Amino acid sequence: MTARPEHQIDAAFMPLFDSAVLIAAREIGFAEREGVDLVLHRETSWANIRDRIAIGHFDIAHMLGPMPIACNLGLTPLTSDTIVPFALGVGGNCVTVSNPVWEGMADHGAVPDLDPETAGRALGGLVRQRTAAGKEPLRLGVVHPHSGHYYELCYWLAACGIDPLRDIEIVIVPPPFMADALAAGRLDGYCVGEPWNSLSVARGIGHIATVKAKIWRNSPEKVVGVRKAFADERPDALAAMLRALHQSARWCQDPANRDDLALLMAQPRFLGVPPALQMPILTGRLTVGDGVDLSVADFFLPFDKGANFPWKSHALWLYTQMVRWGQVAHTPKNEAAARDTYRPDLYRAALKPLGVALPGANAKVEGALAGPTPVGSAGASLVLGPDGFFDGGVFDPDRVDAYVVAQAARGGDQNPGR
Amino acid sequence: MHSGALTILVIDENRIRASIIEAGLRDAGHEHVTVIRDVTGIAKRIAEIEPDVIFIDLENPNRDMLENMFELSRAVKRPIAMFVDRSDTASIEAAVDAGVSAYIVDGLRKERVKPILQMAISRFNAFSRMARELEDARTELESRKLVDRAKGILMKSRGLSEGEAYALLRKTAMNQNRKISDIAQSLVMAAGLLGPENNA
Repeated sequence: MTARPEHQIDAAFMPLFDSAVLIAAREIGFAEREGVDLVLHRETSWANIRDRIAIGHFDIAHMLGPMPIACNLGLTPLTSDTIVPFALGVGGNCVTVSNPVWEGMADHGAVPDLDPETAGRALGGLVRQRTAAGKEPLRLGVVHPHSGHYYELCYWLAACGIDPLRDIEIVIVPPPFMADALAAGRLDGYCVGEPWNSLSVARGIGHIATVKAKIWRNSPEKVVGVRKAFADERPDALAAMLRALHQSARWCQDPANRDDLALLMAQPRFLGVPPALQMPILTGRLTVGDGVDLSVADFFLPFDKGANFPWKSHALWLYTQMVRWGQVAHTPKNEAAARDTYRPDLYRAALKPLGVALPGANAKVEGALAGPTPVGSAGASLVLGPDGFFDGGVFDPDRVDAYVVAQAARGGDQNPGR
Repeated sequence: MHSGALTILVIDENRIRASIIEAGLRDAGHEHVTVIRDVTGIAKRIAEIEPDVIFIDLENPNRDMLENMFELSRAVKRPIAMFVDRSDTASIEAAVDAGVSAYIVDGLRKERVKPILQMAISRFNAFSRMARELEDARTELESRKLVDRAKGILMKSRGLSEGEAYALLRKTAMNQNRKISDIAQSLVMAAGLLGPENNA
């Protein structure tokens, strides 16, 4: 037997493909090599992860990027200080609609090319037609009110002339239930991570209308949320864990390991869906419906393009969306809490001994890189971008006030009473 | 406000556990208890019931949906505070350990809620204990059946008495430092592989 590991770390995850880096860290042995006995716990809701991290059952967890920010802003029923020293990848989500909705969109010009602009305009046409006919608003599902899914869905809809708070109804549905809800007609569409979009296409009950990777290129999704008390009390354990996650992410990105990773994630104790359904997210080659196959650049990156770096500009953009949709008031204190949630300093400190490429800054202007761009970084090479929003929007993390003012003019509900 | 009897809603997919909790609450004098197992259409039900306290089992995958509904349903009396007193970490831990989450309407005094929370925790724990005992009993029964089958195989194939067959199983288990039921299982499986005539 091997020597007793130095650190035991309890980690929770939800059955979603983007937990892969965490799961492979344990199952492929990267954690063990760093002296970490990583104990994985599969959970049934984000609320459970939040509660059980708050009382110390878990040290770290697979979390929605905005969730730790919401925790630190006191927006959740039970809170604890939670920080983000590592991101689990960029991209990976899709917007899937039911067959009747897709047919309705096609009547308004939608074509199966995943273009957010065309799809959004077509959906807008359908929404206005339904409103004129006195029909109920379409009901779309997301996984959580504090999620990248919710914010990118709202951003996309608003940019295409649909008011997400009035023209449609947005409800919360657990990821594994999305396809069933779509089939039963309880949902008209949803925004969720894989494999829950490809599942609906494979079942012949839905079409993928657009993807996160086209709404905002290389945009933040899941992160590793860490109980701050754990990070403060056991910094060596956390640093070892981050190094293991880094190695695991590199392994997950390598095309040579796709089959192994698909088989791993397919196991009932992780996702419990066939390996073939893991391939779209691994290859970026999606079947969007009616047998149409499309390749999406940077569909999901678990490692490349600085995908694991906890950009403060990501935290701040997510915060501006909480403000936009009325979840929190914009104040200097709240802005600081959001900024301080993401901890690139911990990422840098843990990875420095490995001599890997690190970004030169802790924040970047989102939407500034039109194409893949090599960035200066001590010796090693790192390519970032493109990182553009589909509507040409630019987010400067040094000008949050101006962004908040400007986005209110483009739709939103920036007047929370809390 | 909130001077009358409390209205309590229990959302639990487990029928037996839900009735155990309901019975506990009624025994403690709470008349207005509603149990919901299926969350379909629950927003309307909650608006009708107007609960002061809501209990949800932690394993329920719909917790995120329910929490969001509590936030948004202005018609509901906004039971958004969890466990009423955030500083009461002992109660919170006890509840999460027991597998129950509690949502309490704003403005309810904690002295009124605490006994109810403790009741729910103890009933959840009692249920877990019962489920564990049931599982133990089932395992016990299974292993007894296995040992009986293994004894039968030995008696038939080696012409042993029942006592001798059992002694052989026990001796093998001791020599290999394994449980008798494990040895019995291996034997039954091997007999099954070797031929149906041995599988008594």
